[in-house]
Amino acid sequence: MADLTKEQLLEMYRQMVLIRRFEERCEELYAQRKIGGVYLHLYNGQEGTGVGSMFALKPSDHVITAYRDHGIGIAKGADVNRLMAEMFGKRTGVSGGKGGSMHLADRSVNFWGGYAIVGGHLPLAAGIALKSKYNDDKEVVLSFIGDGATNNGYFHESLNLSAVWDLPVVWLIENNLYGMGTPVEVSTGQPELHKRAIAYGIKDFGRVDGMDPLAVYAVAKEAVAYAREHGPALIESITYRYKGHGVSDRLYQRREQEMALYKARDPLTVMEDHLKQLDPGVESALAAIDAAARETVEAAIRYAEESPDPTYDDLINHIYA
Amino acid sequence: MADKVLPMREALRNALREEMIRDERVYVMGQEVGAWDGTHKVTRGFLEEFGARRVRDTPISEMVIAGAAVGSAMAGLRPVAEIMTINFAFVGMDAIINHMAKVRYMFNGQFKVPMVLRCATGWGNQATATHSHTPEPIFAHFPGLYVGMPSNARDAKGMLKAAIRDDNPVLFSEVIALYPKPGPVPEDPDFVLPIGKGDIKRPGKDVTIVSFGRGVEWSLDAAAALEKEGVDCEVVDVRWLRPLDTALIFESFKKTNRCVVVEESLPYYSFGSEIAAQIQEHMFDYMDAPVKRVSAMDVPLPYARDIELMALPNVQKVIAAVKEVI
Ligand SMILES: Cc1ncc(C[n+]2csc(CCOP(=O)(O)OP(=O)(O)O)c2C)c(N)n1
Ligand SMILES: [Mg+2]
Repeated sequence: MADLTKEQLLEMYRQMVLIRRFEERCEELYAQRKIGGVYLHLYNGQEGTGVGSMFALKPSDHVITAYRDHGIGIAKGADVNRLMAEMFGKRTGVSGGKGGSMHLADRSVNFWGGYAIVGGHLPLAAGIALKSKYNDDKEVVLSFIGDGATNNGYFHESLNLSAVWDLPVVWLIENNLYGMGTPVEVSTGQPELHKRAIAYGIKDFGRVDGMDPLAVYAVAKEAVAYAREHGPALIESITYRYKGHGVSDRLYQRREQEMALYKARDPLTVMEDHLKQLDPGVESALAAIDAAARETVEAAIRYAEESPDPTYDDLINHIYA
Repeated sequence: MADKVLPMREALRNALREEMIRDERVYVMGQEVGAWDGTHKVTRGFLEEFGARRVRDTPISEMVIAGAAVGSAMAGLRPVAEIMTINFAFVGMDAIINHMAKVRYMFNGQFKVPMVLRCATGWGNQATATHSHTPEPIFAHFPGLYVGMPSNARDAKGMLKAAIRDDNPVLFSEVIALYPKPGPVPEDPDFVLPIGKGDIKRPGKDVTIVSFGRGVEWSLDAAAALEKEGVDCEVVDVRWLRPLDTALIFESFKKTNRCVVVEESLPYYSFGSEIAAQIQEHMFDYMDAPVKRVSAMDVPLPYARDIELMALPNVQKVIAAVKEVI
């Protein structure tokens, strides 16, 4: 628990619970067809990786990710009301109702967005890091990467460029064992994904238990400090998604045993255990955090429901500056 | 300030250099732009003058050249990224179409993407099928991008400066065959030609020839030949495929009532198709003849010189097309 205060640990817990409640309600709202579209990629189970790693950042540091982006946006501090409004396709949404679940972004908190082309955001991460390097801003970019995304050309080109240009970026592979339905061993010649770093001349921070937010935080802190001073770093976080790839994934329910194994080490429970160890009387505080998270999400849903739809003007604006 | 006669390559170099001096945020990146002085020597001397921070050699990685340019532009820099030839832009296509063009819209205007993707373009001397594309209309298909292609040295300078100063992503194509062609170029460092403004390269009253890039030269040569036969052609250089200066085209067409479109690209789903559609949709009452299109033939380009030339547009083909509409 190293250098974190009890307040900070509770804040970590608060963020994870908020993400979990947000995702649970998104799933229900999708079933009720209040959230539309064909894509909804939930973050349940992976909260330890997102929250733990982002805790190592300064507010002026940058975060970018793929389409599994709700939890990342919440942890980076995007407004929950406006995130939910985006799910509903409302004009008050973070992306004005034009991005949807896969394209959330909030520039005001340096959350550069979710991107739905696998690997497509990795060169953008390099570019944002180049800005920091160019201006000597000492800002770090934390770029999340799915295990599946490590096999397309964007991964190769972006990691290599980050190495030759010494860019201040932390590449964080969220290895949730699958890309859609394909297991890592089936898609990847070297399933220990962190080893890829070595081939590019990038500092390898190894594998971390993604179900333990404090373990993730500890390694992310080192990697972020390294990136700030020296250049690119890579972490592989072993984690698990509890829900299907997207809401329409049925195959997933067949993985009961594997799922049970990971659920026994649920990042929320792991965090609760850490906190109880620190302070046996913390239970009521945890319950209060959960209740507040539920209320925050319900308020966000009300906000989204009461928000106006985008208009014709929204349809045609912001194509050009 | 006076004009100076320069090859298009130098006009482009001056534009880029002046903009780098004017704005610290402007940097160049691409394959061979630094130590090699640029594949087409547009960035000659830049590494020495501006240093490795602002003149960045990249690996052979078109996906990340385009994509990192997008990211750095979103973050506040003003990249001028070079794709060695536009044939290789296909490798970076996703970054161009999905992110360069769309991040602004997708995130509801939270980001600007002030970048230029410079691409050398056009078929060359037996460059063959993979290295002979002139695919600008493909890029112009997508809202969010601007696409420009100058036809002479003067326009090249003014258009590139406009592209660099604009807050939108611009795909800027430079015809390889035009790099050495000299022309008068204003020395004024604030000589800028506005994005989306076409230009009448030759006034005339009988037929409107609409073209851009290298096609303008064939059109002007054809017009000169036809003048001797008593046909007075107006040559409209659109300069920009997007935004397209339809007002200028329509104005000319109202006068001539006849149109030939000349392009170096392929005929299907093309610039010519677009202009023909625009004219019949908006100018039907003024039409005295069907719109005639001159383009490359609908084949991949071969190696052997005779059949390569057979497949390509030229002055004779333009003259023949004009004769068909009068
Ligand atoms: C270029 C591209 N190819 C295919 C897809 C379809 N697709 C969407 S997500 C996905 C799996 C990606 O898996 P991973 O990177 O492990 O991320 P995870 O979903 O596990 O978070 C695929 C194949 C896509 N969006 N983009
Ligand atoms: Mg995965």
